[in-house]
Amino acid sequence: MPDLDELAAEALAAVAGSGDEKALEALRVRYLGRKGLLTAHLKNLGALSADQRPAAGQRINLAKQQLQQAIETRRKALAELALDARLREERIDVTLPGRRRAAGGLHPVTITLDRIARIFQAAGYDAAEGPEIEDEYHNFEALNIPANHPARAMHDTFYIEPGTVLRTHTSPVQVHVMEQGEPPFRMICPGRVYRCDSDLTHTPMFHQVEGLLVDREASMADMKGTIVSFLREFFEEQVEVRFRPSYFPFTEPSAEVDMSCVACGGKGCRICSHSGWLEVMGCGMVHPRVLEMSGVDPVEYNGFAFGLGVERLAMLRYQVGDLRLYFENDVRFLRQFH
Amino acid sequence: MKFSESWLREWVNPDMGTAELMDRLTMAGLEAGGSAPVAIKFSGVVVGEILAVEAHPDAGKLRLCRVADGAGIHAVVCGAANAIAGMKTPYARPGARLGDSGDSACGEREISVAAIHGVQSAGMLCSAAELGMGEDAEGLLVLPEDAPPGADVRDLLALDDHSIELDLTPNRGDCLGMIGIARDVGAMLDLPVAEMEIAEVESRIEDEFPIRISAGRQCPRYLGRVIRDISLDAETPLWMREKLRRGGLRCIDPVVDVTNFVLLELGQPLHAFDLARLQGHIDVRLSRPGEKMTLLDGKVIEFAQDTLVIADATGAVAMAGIMGGMKTAVSEQTADVFLECAAFSPEAIAGRARAVGMRTDASQRYERGVDYKLQRRAMERATGLLLEIAGGKAGPASEALGEIPAIRRVNLDYAAVRRMLGVEVPAAEIKLILTRLGFVPCEENRESLSVEAPSFRYDVAIAADLIEEVARIHGYDKLPLGMGLNRQRMGQAPERQIETGRLRHQLTALGYQEVITYSFIDPGLAASFSAGDAAAVRLQNPISSELSVMRGSLMPGLVQTLRYNVNRQQENLRLFETGLVFAREGDGFRQQAMLGGLIAGARSPKNWSDSGANADFYDARGDLESLFDIGGRGAELRFVAAECAGLHPGQCAAMMLAGETVGHVGALHPALQRKLELPPAFLFETRLDTLGARQAPVAGELSRFPATSRDLAFIVGEEHPAGDIELLVREAAGPLLTSLRVLDVYRGGAVPEGCRSIALGLTWQHPSRTLDDVEVERIIDKTIKALRETFHASLRN
Repeated sequence: MPDLDELAAEALAAVAGSGDEKALEALRVRYLGRKGLLTAHLKNLGALSADQRPAAGQRINLAKQQLQQAIETRRKALAELALDARLREERIDVTLPGRRRAAGGLHPVTITLDRIARIFQAAGYDAAEGPEIEDEYHNFEALNIPANHPARAMHDTFYIEPGTVLRTHTSPVQVHVMEQGEPPFRMICPGRVYRCDSDLTHTPMFHQVEGLLVDREASMADMKGTIVSFLREFFEEQVEVRFRPSYFPFTEPSAEVDMSCVACGGKGCRICSHSGWLEVMGCGMVHPRVLEMSGVDPVEYNGFAFGLGVERLAMLRYQVGDLRLYFENDVRFLRQFH
Repeated sequence: MKFSESWLREWVNPDMGTAELMDRLTMAGLEAGGSAPVAIKFSGVVVGEILAVEAHPDAGKLRLCRVADGAGIHAVVCGAANAIAGMKTPYARPGARLGDSGDSACGEREISVAAIHGVQSAGMLCSAAELGMGEDAEGLLVLPEDAPPGADVRDLLALDDHSIELDLTPNRGDCLGMIGIARDVGAMLDLPVAEMEIAEVESRIEDEFPIRISAGRQCPRYLGRVIRDISLDAETPLWMREKLRRGGLRCIDPVVDVTNFVLLELGQPLHAFDLARLQGHIDVRLSRPGEKMTLLDGKVIEFAQDTLVIADATGAVAMAGIMGGMKTAVSEQTADVFLECAAFSPEAIAGRARAVGMRTDASQRYERGVDYKLQRRAMERATGLLLEIAGGKAGPASEALGEIPAIRRVNLDYAAVRRMLGVEVPAAEIKLILTRLGFVPCEENRESLSVEAPSFRYDVAIAADLIEEVARIHGYDKLPLGMGLNRQRMGQAPERQIETGRLRHQLTALGYQEVITYSFIDPGLAASFSAGDAAAVRLQNPISSELSVMRGSLMPGLVQTLRYNVNRQQENLRLFETGLVFAREGDGFRQQAMLGGLIAGARSPKNWSDSGANADFYDARGDLESLFDIGGRGAELRFVAAECAGLHPGQCAAMMLAGETVGHVGALHPALQRKLELPPAFLFETRLDTLGARQAPVAGELSRFPATSRDLAFIVGEEHPAGDIELLVREAAGPLLTSLRVLDVYRGGAVPEGCRSIALGLTWQHPSRTLDDVEVERIIDKTIKALRETFHASLRN
């Protein structure tokens, strides 16, 4: 059996020279394991006399402790070295671009429709949809536009067959809802509408949102307040709003709504034709005949209705210069809206 | 309606400038759409009297005029052919300034003494065009004979005036004449309006032409008058020509000018027939079947069934209220005319002109309603003016009557005004407003007022109409902003319904760009995606043939959009659209909301770490599954090989949900792809209602016990679709199966020809205990047996 001191010195040297955790573990087993070399010294204590044993035991234990500590220290040092090496190895170039899908996006008309709908939903308006191929009764007669009425000239109508048209506005949806439900009503009707007209400022298809409120005490003052609040919400600006008397067969009194130009703040520019005003909506108090035809008692109830062009509002909001861009669907245009 | 501002001011003269006047008109519902000065800016132009005209010594076409301007006599060179001694014409003195007429490059210029071809010219004689008074640059502007030489032309002709354009709404036919505009201005500004005195013309001849009205309901009143020996060569006086010009009408001859003038002044259309060409009598009647006539403009028209016509003994001579006929038109040979001044009911005229593609000043007024009490005054006014200008002798005005409309009486509750407007308008103000607008109060008490509507207001029938009159004159801007209706109300869309917005957002997260395409498409492209033609919905009056059929599918629009973008070098696309598709169904139409998508090009943007492989069928299918997952139905969705017009027959699936086909997905048909010169693309379309339906989720118990997984690879004939295999395995693997995945599909190598190897990953878990190996082995054996018996599948080693 080798001398304890020599053995201890040899073990410490081996630990200090070990290169990795695996070798270190082997050393631990070699010296401190159950059959280890230092452990063997302890086992031999029995051969010594009783008075020699305490001192010898103490020496062996001390050597074991020193070795254990050295192994532990070496283990920590090796772990740190290994971690350092790994960290060095795993370094990447974080400035390379990420792995991703192409970005999708919503059409600006949808974004605008959503914003409009959310504003009115918060005020308790339901959204209703309806057919786009519509009968003439719902598109015209029920809205107080009889055949040959001059107002039909304002609606360049697409015909599918006699008596059947592509709806020229979303007002027929209001008629359907009133026919089927019971007042009070508070709703908006968003959707596609069609007019047989195509030039720089008209597309044969566009989107409208019409609103309707029917209740026992609905006044023009309420209509004004509602529309002014809506426009200010939508444009997130304290726009000036004016109501001009106008004419729609389905409302009486009727008004056109002008808003101070959002581009120039009302000073006058190209967008507002130097008037400072932008025509943005039409509105009015629902004509008693329209209520009556849809089964609502015009003595007990009255209400207001309004209609706006979605593309127009989107143009003003997002500075879209040309109406036709909406339906060409050039993705380079569409991707600007997130 | 276009009119001269200074003419309006002859009737009612508010103390405000043009801009403010226009603003007030607009805010009272007569939208002033624009205005233009009636002449360019100029100064130093006076009335000049040409004393003598001599030829220019050196320039053949030029003449040398001696012009008196009250201050002296000047020599002026001029090129106008109409220069003649005794004529009065605008004379721009040296020092005069002429503004930019807008059409020449000269801009503002100063007139000076200049030598023209060697002759000194002290100033310039002016045509109408040179003063910005219209386009006539042919000759010198002829001023009235009584114009005093030296008088300022600007003042003389009242050229500090504007033409104002009113964009009138169809209900305000009464404002298609100066008298109506003046009345409204008087009411809105509370100003007196001048009364117009019209003297009755003395008849100097006895001649009358017989009139009868057969269609009394359509024609309440018809006045006619014979006027003989008129001179069509007579010159229409400058004051009338100017009013016509400023009202946007051209001068033609005295007869047309006078009728046009009365049209502008009173809003009453008149028509003159050549008396010599009228036969027998005038009958106002409905057209006869197949009756034809040649219109003034040369167009031959076959009357629609219920067209109101003016006929003589030989047939129709005018389309009532719209246009006269060629045969009886006034011509250069005409000496005697029959002047018509009639009232027609709006219903009899409305839409008729538009139906034949016409719109005339007369039809525009008649279809909105011409005052049925106006005809006698208008007739006297027109006759008086015509005799004054063109001479001649008038016979008595004969009148035939049809059914005169009943006077409309409307009752207005003051409470209704308050309720409708949300503000109190004093009763006295209401009464004043209505009176000024021509309504006649006939009964009143504390609560209400009854009025008779004037005969020129066809648009007023009910109380709401009166309230609008009160509101617009009182001022819409004076109504308060109310928000009195914000009653609390709760609610939202039902949870079993997925909002379309949620689906849209999922698609954008998957990299799709939303598009919105026209609902009407090219019939050829539509047919490529349609199984048959019978259900196609065509437009009767499309914008163009490429936009003439309603889409039966969203796919053509998406393909069209792909094409548009590929042509602009945008090739990696994921597109979607939502909207209705249309088909005939029975006697009606099916209008189904769909969601459609398209993928073309690379699966993901080409990148240093990604080869940029092209997307394929399974990308489209995966996106669809994830859409249906929103409603928790992705696992239920089955894809079954199918054929669908426009799609590759070997790469197309029908989507099935609960046994029902809810959509299709597949590759764009290669033939179509080649024809349209497109890259490969994958399309899908599914019903929005099924996609948006779901059950509200129910939370289940989670197992606390470990799951057991096994992979199973087997060889099976190509003819057996993976979907069928999957269904069988699910059934055989029992109710404890929690997950089944297709891990690998492999062909070649040890796998025999006509077969493929499919590897499945299966996981089981028991809700309340640990599964033991024996149990799992039993299930696997059962599964393998089922595969072997049904599909002759053999386990791979």
